[in-house]
Amino acid sequence: MHELSIAQSIVDIIEQYVPQEHRHTIHSIKVRIGDLAGVVPDSLAFSFTAVTAGTPIAHALLEIEHIPFVLHCTECLSDSTTEPGLAICPRCQSTHTQILSGTELQVVAIELEDETPERI
Amino acid sequence: MSVITIERKVLEKNDEVARQNRTLLADHGVFALNMVSSPGAGKTSILERTLEHLRGSLRVAVIEGDVQTDLDARRVAKYNVPAVQIVTRGGCHLEANLVRDALGNLDLKSVDLLIIENVGNLVCPSNYDLGEAMKVVVASTTEGDDKPLKYPAMFRNASVLILNKIDLLPYIPCTLHVLKENALKINPSLTVFETSCTTGQGIDAWCVWLTENARRKPAS
Repeated sequence: MHELSIAQSIVDIIEQYVPQEHRHTIHSIKVRIGDLAGVVPDSLAFSFTAVTAGTPIAHALLEIEHIPFVLHCTECLSDSTTEPGLAICPRCQSTHTQILSGTELQVVAIELEDETPERI
Repeated sequence: MSVITIERKVLEKNDEVARQNRTLLADHGVFALNMVSSPGAGKTSILERTLEHLRGSLRVAVIEGDVQTDLDARRVAKYNVPAVQIVTRGGCHLEANLVRDALGNLDLKSVDLLIIENVGNLVCPSNYDLGEAMKVVVASTTEGDDKPLKYPAMFRNASVLILNKIDLLPYIPCTLHVLKENALKINPSLTVFETSCTTGQGIDAWCVWLTENARRKPAS
């Protein structure tokens, strides 16, 4: 259940960007999670709710963008979506491959609501 | 609405501490391994066999990670090596800052080889760099030959694979070459050892490899 510490790391990053007095205006936080990142989106969402409870970020939405595992073969030059983690090209069976995507675990953006100006 | 674009790795704080650990270890000429596996694969038994074997030839220190108890540090201390126990109290993996604190309790000047035994877990520890030179994943035959396919990230991030409990092969439905092939499908560059801590088979080859690598001082 390392999603709890992942959620805390996400909150730590958000806090570096948004000062305390503006945190209640955070509408959503976009994160990117690859197939091979070893993070379960549902567990992360649950953990995020748990670590933000009672804080100004509590109502913020955690938007999780799922990134598929894509393998590039340096022999037949194909890109394929295969079983996450497999290092063998499904087209030519070569082991000379590179992972193009699927290991991402990133905070991408924070969306803030405009603060309503106080009426005079 | 306004958007702040960030594009940062979630675990960058851990990675930064891991870099500091790596520099510290390299500065002291310590070859550090992060040993990972599911619980019960035999990490501590391999460690005990290794300590027995390397006694008098390499100066070894151990960091033990467990969810609870200092049982492993006590097992290891019998071999008269410096051992620091990290108790995560529920945490399913070690993080770089825990290892940094543990390193503070070791006299790194008198260490050639540091073995960090991670919490038994085939999922979470793969995400956390501790500052090690490489990860060693232990897979035991009793877990079945399909584990590398089910837990690919761990096998992909490791440099060494130890196939343990090979003495039990006659009694269980696990085919060693299938287990090895499955691991190599995930990571073709794995260095593979086959061991039994009961018979001692394969421990020699593993210790020869360890000694060669520990004597080749890592660059910072």
